[in-house]
Amino acid sequence: MKLHNISFNNLRRRKGKMIFLILGLFIGVATIVTLLSITESMSRDIEDRLDQFGANIVMVPKSDNLSLSYGGISVGGVSYETVDFDESSIGRIREIQNSKNLGAVVPKILGSAEVNGRKVLLMGTNFNDELLLKTWWQFQGDVPGEYELMVGAEAAENLGLAIGDRLSMKGHDFKVASILMATGGSEDGVIIANMKEAQQVLGKEGRVSMVEISAFCRGCPISDMVLQIAEKFPEAKVTALKQAVMSKMQSIEMFKSFSYGIAVLVVFIGSLLVFITMMGSVNERTREIGIFRAIGFRRGHVMQIILLEAMVVGLIGGLVGFVGGNGVAWLVMPMVIKDGAFAGINMTLGGISLLLAVALSLLASLYPALKASRLDPSEALRAL
Amino acid sequence: MATATVEKVEHLFEVRNLGKDYQSGDTTVQAIRTMDFHIDDGEFVSIMGQSGSGKSTLLSIMGGLNHPSRGQMLVDSLDLYELSSEQRADFRSEYIGIIFQSFQLISYLTVLENIKMPMAITGIPAKKQDEMARSVLEKVGLVDKADRLPDQLSGGEQERVAIARAIVNNPPILLADEPTGNLDSETSEEIMKLLMELNREGQTIIMVTHNPDSCRYSGRTIEVKDGNCFLQ
Repeated sequence: MKLHNISFNNLRRRKGKMIFLILGLFIGVATIVTLLSITESMSRDIEDRLDQFGANIVMVPKSDNLSLSYGGISVGGVSYETVDFDESSIGRIREIQNSKNLGAVVPKILGSAEVNGRKVLLMGTNFNDELLLKTWWQFQGDVPGEYELMVGAEAAENLGLAIGDRLSMKGHDFKVASILMATGGSEDGVIIANMKEAQQVLGKEGRVSMVEISAFCRGCPISDMVLQIAEKFPEAKVTALKQAVMSKMQSIEMFKSFSYGIAVLVVFIGSLLVFITMMGSVNERTREIGIFRAIGFRRGHVMQIILLEAMVVGLIGGLVGFVGGNGVAWLVMPMVIKDGAFAGINMTLGGISLLLAVALSLLASLYPALKASRLDPSEALRAL
Repeated sequence: MATATVEKVEHLFEVRNLGKDYQSGDTTVQAIRTMDFHIDDGEFVSIMGQSGSGKSTLLSIMGGLNHPSRGQMLVDSLDLYELSSEQRADFRSEYIGIIFQSFQLISYLTVLENIKMPMAITGIPAKKQDEMARSVLEKVGLVDKADRLPDQLSGGEQERVAIARAIVNNPPILLADEPTGNLDSETSEEIMKLLMELNREGQTIIMVTHNPDSCRYSGRTIEVKDGNCFLQ
């Protein structure tokens, strides 16, 4: 018989006790892992959602005397004799150094068209990309297909257009597929068509008036990206919508601080739980420690037995807690975040939780074991 | 082991002006007032007294388990309480076997493992440990119950395991605290005969009891009353 046999036999034969201890550790570690995984995923999700929310870089032709406005950005004159980009050159945006931070790149054509004898602002775009960028847009009807239009709320009212109505622009027949609900923005007064069709109506085939870009904010090299795009397009004026970027960053930072706060609190509560469980368990063994000491075990021998047990329990509890915490996070994630996916197993968190469980159970066992082993054995034997 | 020697004494145990006080709230209770006696090598001595007379306290002091408030406890010329608590642990491991009141077996170790427990810190090889444990198990008549856990045994059987554990290392001194306190008279007699046999084999036995019947098995009785002792 060796000292470790005593430890292992205790763990093996007092399964109920061991399961209770592991359960204590499991709850502590699993709570930490679950909440940290969820806040991590939520933080990412919020970052991603904010990134998709509207453009944060706009590229327009360099022209001072133009005054047509869209989205508060001056994009050319009402004369519509605008300086345009060549559509085939737009692909160069994707060649910049920080291209991995590029989200949607949405080129647009803008110009004046005549509908029922009235002048109206016609915008051509790719609807799929546009809707990705303008997640707040709500509309009645369907996403327009070929030779179909989406009409801004104000334009529809002024022109008396409803879903299903047909209209003609420069000899091309269009059908109103959807009415955009009022946004309070420039799009309220605009008729939106597919890019190619709008170019035909405006007689600007292969031309682009402006490009809206959404850049992913993670690491947020927006100003670098602006410079990189400007280098590729010397004829363009590239602007970062600083306000949009700043408010995104601020929201993300706020959420991060909040999740760090939660994490600290959770680690503290979880640690306390582990500490109390282990401490209670060793306190109960004062009499047993008295027997060991009475038989002639040195303090070091007693500590070896208790700490080996604590280490094994800590390892198992930490491991089970980590697996369980990830399991719970995986189950709970879709309920917490709409369409949210589990962020994946974080091995660093695994290592930390294992270390934390072992360190806490060792630390929590150390004090009562030391205290009990310092008692005169006869006192320890009277303890219970 | 460090040696805190005094002048050479001839006795195995020499108890000199020994006293033990306990603090109970604001009052000091004298568990042992003053005791002076000695015990020689190979003796079987009963320490008899009523419950609360201080006899168990005396035994725990003799075993190096409980610090006395005053006086000296010399074992083989060595002042036990001049040693550090770790040195006293080594002393217990080498020289003393203790049979506790209410057995004090480890509930999660089998009979055989409980008996081997004192050898876990000795460096005796596993095979030799097994031989030694089985040999004492045979002596106490529990070979067929080697793999049982303590709670699967009767009181008498648990007492035997406690005795086996106390003698497995062949310690020269055996301290027994009320070894028959929890047993019926028939089992008590068996246990006492076992102790007598061990004594005949050369073990010094010091037994605490409140039962005058048990004293007849020992060679000498020291009576303890109100914290004082009277030699008989």
